Amino acid sequence: MNKQIIRVTYVSLALVGVLVVMTTYWQTWAAPALADRQDNSIKRVAEFSIDRGSIVSTSPFRRLARNVRREVDGRTLFFRRYPQGELTAQVVGYSTVGRSRAGLERSLNDYLTASNSNLSTLVDKALDELEGKPVQGNDVVLNLDLDAQQVALEELGSNCGAVVALDPRTGKVKVMASSPSYDPNRVETNFGSLSRITADCTPASPLLNRATAGLYVPGSTFKVITASAALEAKKFTPESSFYDPGYCTVYGKRVSNFDTSSPFGTISLEDGLVHSVNSVFCNIGLKLGAKLILDTAKRFGFYELTPLETPEDERRVSGLYDGRRLYYPKLDSDVDAGRMAFGQERMLVTPLQMAMVAGAIGVHGRLLEPQVVSRIVSPDGKTVVKEPPTLIRQAVSRSTADAVARMMRLAVEGGTGTAAQIPGWSVGGKTGTGETGIPGSNTTWFIAFAGPDEESPAELAIAVVLQNQSGTGGATAAPIARAVMETLLRSTENP
Amino acid sequence: MTARGRELTGLVIAALIAGIAFASVTTARSTEVSTNVAAYCALFLAVYVAAHVVVRRTTPYADGALLPLTAALTGIGLTVNYRLDPDEGARQALWVLVGVSVFAATLVFLRHDYRVLESYRYLFGVGAVLLLFLPAVPGLGERVNGARLWVDLGPLQFQPGELAKIFLIVFLAGYLRENREVLAQGRLKDFGPLLAIWGAAMLVIVQTADLGSALLNFGIFLAMLYVATGRALFVAVGLGLFVGGATLLYQALDRVQERVTIWLHPWTDERVYCALNGELELRQDCASYQLVKSLYSIANGGFSGTGLGEGTFSSTDGSELIPYLRTDFIYSAIAQEIGLVGAAALLLLFMLFVVRGMRVALRAEDGFSKLLAAGLTFGFALQTFIIVGGVLRVVPLTGITLPFVSYGGTSVVANFLLLAGLLVVSNRANTPRY
Repeated sequence: MNKQIIRVTYVSLALVGVLVVMTTYWQTWAAPALADRQDNSIKRVAEFSIDRGSIVSTSPFRRLARNVRREVDGRTLFFRRYPQGELTAQVVGYSTVGRSRAGLERSLNDYLTASNSNLSTLVDKALDELEGKPVQGNDVVLNLDLDAQQVALEELGSNCGAVVALDPRTGKVKVMASSPSYDPNRVETNFGSLSRITADCTPASPLLNRATAGLYVPGSTFKVITASAALEAKKFTPESSFYDPGYCTVYGKRVSNFDTSSPFGTISLEDGLVHSVNSVFCNIGLKLGAKLILDTAKRFGFYELTPLETPEDERRVSGLYDGRRLYYPKLDSDVDAGRMAFGQERMLVTPLQMAMVAGAIGVHGRLLEPQVVSRIVSPDGKTVVKEPPTLIRQAVSRSTADAVARMMRLAVEGGTGTAAQIPGWSVGGKTGTGETGIPGSNTTWFIAFAGPDEESPAELAIAVVLQNQSGTGGATAAPIARAVMETLLRSTENP
Repeated sequence: MTARGRELTGLVIAALIAGIAFASVTTARSTEVSTNVAAYCALFLAVYVAAHVVVRRTTPYADGALLPLTAALTGIGLTVNYRLDPDEGARQALWVLVGVSVFAATLVFLRHDYRVLESYRYLFGVGAVLLLFLPAVPGLGERVNGARLWVDLGPLQFQPGELAKIFLIVFLAGYLRENREVLAQGRLKDFGPLLAIWGAAMLVIVQTADLGSALLNFGIFLAMLYVATGRALFVAVGLGLFVGGATLLYQALDRVQERVTIWLHPWTDERVYCALNGELELRQDCASYQLVKSLYSIANGGFSGTGLGEGTFSSTDGSELIPYLRTDFIYSAIAQEIGLVGAAALLLLFMLFVVRGMRVALRAEDGFSKLLAAGLTFGFALQTFIIVGGVLRVVPLTGITLPFVSYGGTSVVANFLLLAGLLVVSNRANTPRY
């Protein structure tokens, strides 16, 4: 029987051996994927014993997320508090026991809990663990300007919408406000109350970061891209002349200007943008074809996920949409280029994307990566991560950008965007009114850049979007843009 | 060094391991090492030294590694149970004490010749079936977590399945030793009694819905049949029968279907019907909640573990994150706190136990002894595989205990009986002939 016993021994050892292999699998190979799962309450609760890093802003210095220490069953746990409440709710997000995480609290979790693979962090963490001290996470410093953020949120009021402002020279995001907002302190304790938040839209979706994940009809703000495409293709100049009968005929159908009462007659491309004449852009669109315009849009960052430090699924891609899916036409004839050229025709964009467009025009065509995080700092003050300004690409040639910038400045001087004039600053802007088909529920826009004079690169770019408006972009969104820009420009004058 | 000398040395090492583990749990809870640790360590050693003395008197030639291995396993089990619930840890310590006493009593009782057991083989066989049926008796059985495994005798509750396993092994060792030549010929009529036992076992599963011990008992049966006859074909046919039976059961019993579904697809992206609350839920929030949380627990340990006493098993408000942690899922608690390094070491202890047990079987001289030792050892290995494999998602999860480590009185006592069996067989095989 000994032969059989030896075989049974091998089988027995193999059975236990399988357990060793599988334990190795779960604890090494599969562990990172399991750690990332939303329902992994073990990992989540375990991370509450980490002295999670703060999230702060420096202008002015405020803690946006900090910890309160509490002893539970002899263990020290750290719970999150958000002293600024709803001011930066969608960007900072939340970290809770019951509801997982969102925003930067989610995407930068590895840094905040010191589980990133940076060497000095690893050493610090190991030392903390050996001494039996709570592990200390890294602090995150944001680029946001809280005063301007506050103005943006106040100006948005009960409207549903968003404001994004950034420094187009560096990509630093100064304002990222989404309305309605919510108090992240209530996510853990009273999540139900968040569903009772109301605003001038249904659903109010306070948790949604409209600045990066809200998709809106761009309306006339898209003309900036069409104009860029027209100049880039060398088929038009700012002086190219058009005849405006007050409408444009596409596939036998009339598409009217916003104001049909007074057709402009003969008009240049430049004046077409200044006064936002749909028929001009409709004709450009028909001449260029949809794909050429979309190619320029791509150069500005359409059809790619806008880079930012927030979680991927809290950002959306701008472009043409077919239902809920992003869609790129195979043939020019698949898309109504005339309507697309002035920003209708299933074109959907995020406010962040449009701020980047305005910014690139303002800095001679250079498109930079938006960055809401300034730097990540270890508990002993060392900088762990600091991304330098990153050029995505030269979106359009310098001459094209400067020509479009000139048109946008003229629009603010004496066109549709006069409400955004700021004394002492050279502001260029473009209004937009995206028609949703329902009267009184248009999406209104204002995108702009501002610099000290016409020659210097712009120091500031902004996009404001409002849902469910009856007025025009010039009347509703431009004043908000001005208020936020004034606050930001004042703080650059008196640092 | 003699076997007994090695045994004593091993016990001291096991006591040190238990002491260090206990100390690290207590320091995780308070900053200073309490004097209790030394007392605990001494008491632990004293109990096992007492067992060692009994071994010296009754079975002086027995294998010297098995008792220290057992001591180390119970030491780890006690520590983890204490860490998860100090009161239950104390109760578990009491059960280890009872187990050691039963162990000593068994050695004393069987010191002259354990082979008398062979003549009572049918008594053991009937006993095993009766024990398996006990939980199904109305008024006696208690249903826990869907399965009837418990017998409630007022103040005393026990899991007869654990004892039935030992009884079954004794019966099979005797029966197979007697009939192995006949059975090896492979005529169907000779298998009558065995098929009857198999049928009874299957019936018991239907009655008690205790899948884990059904798998365990049937696996032991096949392994011992193979050792006795040397016919691999029997194992193949047996496995075929089991798969057939299991498939039928799968069709017939919702509980089996549920277990298999949980095993194959613990996570869902869509909400599915949840039998627990009758609503649509993600499966990881419903039926596979325990398994998934236990995997998270294991993964959270990583390579080196969180440290004893530092693991996360309860939420910030103190509520439990993993149900049945001290019994079915003790391995996931251990794996989180001592990590891959510690869990692999623990599994190595189980492997060593298996190797020593099988060595006893190899060295035994008569068929009954060989079958008994091989059966007991294989049962030990298979039980470890079924429960830890269930926790690790190697096989569908069924609720049985991890030998010597899980919380549970019957389990500890039954496994000490198993150890006693191996020692008496080993003692006889090693006794010098004059």
